[in-house]
Amino acid sequence: MRALDRKLLRDLRQIWAQTLAIALVLGCGIMVMVGAQATQATLVQTQAAYYDRHRFADIFAGMTRAPAEIVSTVAMIPGVAQVEGRIGLQAVLDIDGMAEPATGRILSLPATGPTLNLPLIRRGALPDPSRPEEVALSEPFAEAHDLIPGSRFHAVLNGQRRELTVTGWVLSPEFIYAMPPGALMPDDRRFGLIWMGEGAAAAAMDMQGAVNELALRLTREGDSRAVIDALDTLLDPYGGTGAYGRDRQVSHAFLDGELSQLGAMAVYIPPIFLIVSAFLVNMVLGRLIAMERVQIGLLKALGYGRAEIAGHYLKLAALIGVIGVGLGWGFGWWIADAMIRLYGDYFRFPFILRDWGTRALVISALLGLATVGLGGLRAVWSSLKLPPAEAMQPPAPPVFARGMADRVLAALRLRQTTMMIFRSILRWPGRAAITLFGVSASVGALVMSYFMMDAVELLGESVFQQANRQQVTISLSQAQTESAVQDATSLPGVLRAEASYVMPVRALHGHRSRLTALQAHFPGTELARLVDDAGAVVALPVDGVVLPEMLARALGISAGENLRIEMLAAPRAVLDLPVARIIPQGLGQEVHIAAPALFAAMDSVPQVNMIHLAVQSDRMDALNAAIKETPAIAGLTDWAEVRRQFDATLSESLLTMVLIYTLIGVLIAIGVVYNAARIQLSERSYELASLRVLGFSRAEVGYVLVGEMMLLTLLAIPAGWVLGVFLAQGMVGAISTDMMQLPFHLSRRTYALAALAVFLAALGAVLMVRRRLDRVDLATALKSRA
Amino acid sequence: MARDTQALPVFRAEGLTRIYRTGAVEVRALRGVDLSLTEGEMVVLLGASGSGKSTLVNILGGLDLPTDGRVFFRERELTRASDRALTAFRRDHVGFVFQFYNLVPSLTARENVALVTEIARNPMTPEEALARVGLAARMDHFPAELSGGEQQRVAIARAIAKRPDVLLCDEPTGALDSKTGIQVLEALHEVNRDLGTATVLITHNAAIQRIAHRVVVLADGRVTRDEINTARVLPAEVSW
Repeated sequence: MRALDRKLLRDLRQIWAQTLAIALVLGCGIMVMVGAQATQATLVQTQAAYYDRHRFADIFAGMTRAPAEIVSTVAMIPGVAQVEGRIGLQAVLDIDGMAEPATGRILSLPATGPTLNLPLIRRGALPDPSRPEEVALSEPFAEAHDLIPGSRFHAVLNGQRRELTVTGWVLSPEFIYAMPPGALMPDDRRFGLIWMGEGAAAAAMDMQGAVNELALRLTREGDSRAVIDALDTLLDPYGGTGAYGRDRQVSHAFLDGELSQLGAMAVYIPPIFLIVSAFLVNMVLGRLIAMERVQIGLLKALGYGRAEIAGHYLKLAALIGVIGVGLGWGFGWWIADAMIRLYGDYFRFPFILRDWGTRALVISALLGLATVGLGGLRAVWSSLKLPPAEAMQPPAPPVFARGMADRVLAALRLRQTTMMIFRSILRWPGRAAITLFGVSASVGALVMSYFMMDAVELLGESVFQQANRQQVTISLSQAQTESAVQDATSLPGVLRAEASYVMPVRALHGHRSRLTALQAHFPGTELARLVDDAGAVVALPVDGVVLPEMLARALGISAGENLRIEMLAAPRAVLDLPVARIIPQGLGQEVHIAAPALFAAMDSVPQVNMIHLAVQSDRMDALNAAIKETPAIAGLTDWAEVRRQFDATLSESLLTMVLIYTLIGVLIAIGVVYNAARIQLSERSYELASLRVLGFSRAEVGYVLVGEMMLLTLLAIPAGWVLGVFLAQGMVGAISTDMMQLPFHLSRRTYALAALAVFLAALGAVLMVRRRLDRVDLATALKSRA
Repeated sequence: MARDTQALPVFRAEGLTRIYRTGAVEVRALRGVDLSLTEGEMVVLLGASGSGKSTLVNILGGLDLPTDGRVFFRERELTRASDRALTAFRRDHVGFVFQFYNLVPSLTARENVALVTEIARNPMTPEEALARVGLAARMDHFPAELSGGEQQRVAIARAIAKRPDVLLCDEPTGALDSKTGIQVLEALHEVNRDLGTATVLITHNAAIQRIAHRVVVLADGRVTRDEINTARVLPAEVSW
């Protein structure tokens, strides 16, 4: 090994703590990049393989009832490669050991065996087509209730209570993310999928020779837009509820949203860490070069050229980079494993195809090394300009000229030690700026990560506290007149019942259209209300519809214009209604209207197909039992349960994420403050030792060091808040999808937590350095130059 | 101990002037110095502090450039050389010894010498260079583990390891007591005698001039005396 390289390694050992601090900051950025990208790549690859092997359909369509022969007609639409028809229906399930009813979605299996959306048998077998009581269950639901093959349970099918026998457990690419209707997240206990022989399903639902759902696969050249249009036209006479592609398929859309969020994370978070580590390398290398000024002069005197000396110090920067990249890779893999496991709980994949994120590894390594290289370059450059004879002289003492700021400081009559703090900041504004920037980046990163918690909590608050104050929502098998509300009031434990009417519709404006739902709000509603992002209850106008921003934007419509609404179920009315208001509503996708306005436009008596209930909490069991026995009720949502699920998910996954982010956010602050303080200590040890010789106590001398760092930290906090707001806004833009927009809201708690975490981290870091101050040998410190 | 005065000149300086400016202050370190140095010659450059000795040696060694005047190394004019050429000049032809040794603290004695032997054209081994200055036994010690005299001898070993044409020593004994100082002078003397390396030795210690072939005295940036030493003695005979 060359002598110069040996010097490099020994130099590095001298500054190992600072090196480690920088490597950790850099490593964090690399970790997020590698972790998020490897997770995303793994899920994308797994999703693609799963879709491919199990022939996930490209287009989906529903209708009231169509003859089974429609399948061959659809197959003739240009661009269609394959079609499968089936019968699908929602049913209330009565499971032993579960007081409340569960909801099941029944799907028929073609007699000739499925050709699209192939169910994957995980245990047991598919039902025998000749045995109408046999069914296969989705694995998560069966697991949650321990319904092993051979177990029995009850379901209300088409108003009839039937006993069914489980033959096997199944997973399907259609339900990787199995959302119960009306819920916010999967609920394996209360929502299950039930595969049943075609004959049995048809008999149970009175659908002999008919289908009500279609799944299609396109040819390679197939144009999904054209096929969807053709399908809509073809299915209209059969009560078509609108065809849609994968982008509106619930499971796929959620998975995709999650994947793009991971992608956004890999892009938005690492740059902060990379920029900060570049500054840190610059700061530390700059100091090292200043300290080795004499050695640099010597190397020049010995005949080493500029390139060799620059190369020497850049190698040092590169080594820091290599350590950081190595740490980042290691932790990135580890975190990818953890995240993939976490996602495994959410998404039901039968297998995981691990992608090692090679692309991210290469890119992150290049970026990491480029970062430290850039940081090092500036510091190295300044060292090269010195002529050797001058380099070997100790540097001239810094010039402290009196300026405006000094008059201000003098007027303040500060203590001399406080004066030293201000002078140092004023004389080295560049370094103070780096510290300020680094600490504020740390605050910003924390604000951005806590923002996610704020946003989700606000959504929860808006959904549970403001919009849905009912304990239970029941959906009726068929629309009924308003008297149904009276009947519901007589169910056990019901304190209050309110009507609602929800209809699947196609909303059209110009050439743009969206499949959505129309929700009619009855006057005097107190339980289920329309609420905007600010939590304000929206009063429905007497005339016209109210649209959430996202939907209005998708349709390119503004207030005052007319919206065409095509109902996709009986009575299949087509209405032209003016847009009365557009409201900010992050999760909102539906068209809202006052019930009297709707039924007046339809020229019909008011109808009800959903009823919201306020229930005495101790009578829930009785209510559940009654609902299981009521054929007119097709399903139910227990809001307390939904909330519990929501909170559980929040505290599990989100809290883990927030803890990780806090850790890495705080690492930035530690890295920056520790390095800045070490440099202060090394540069000013002469000065600080002199103070001790003059009789200042350790505490007083420590104050000069700690005071400056903490003053900078305090100044950086508000700047970090502002940076955090920008970062959070960027995050909102990056992860908002067609289906969901995060509300932009930052709580005081977020600002306070971010500030507190960074303040404590900075204090910890500077106190670590302050301890070294106690160990400085006064005599040596006074003798050493530079 | 007379020398062949027909020997070729190694260095030739003509009318060297060096002015340093720091802010409003202007320091004239050299005010028109003419000087030449021949092969194998040992010159002692005497003068009080601030007389311009170090500035002169730095310019001769290509560490600094004069404000005015010209320096020739053999036939090459150094004062017109580029930074790259000056670097090559130092690497191939000049050995420096400084008052404060200027060893790299993180490298051992052997490694400090290797720093030079790794980039020189025809170097001796670090072991040989260190043996020449009597440090064969202490090669793997770090500077902090060596005495001042030993450190200076490592610096001399480092300077001679490349077999330089000229050795420039700036107060090599300035930080040492007389006993160790004499050991260092002996090392320099032997190198000059055995390798024939032209040596310039800066000092403000008049006693040392007795070991030189020639003594040049500088005062206030000018050469005030330049004479051959006819009564040259060995370093061991010098005392101060």
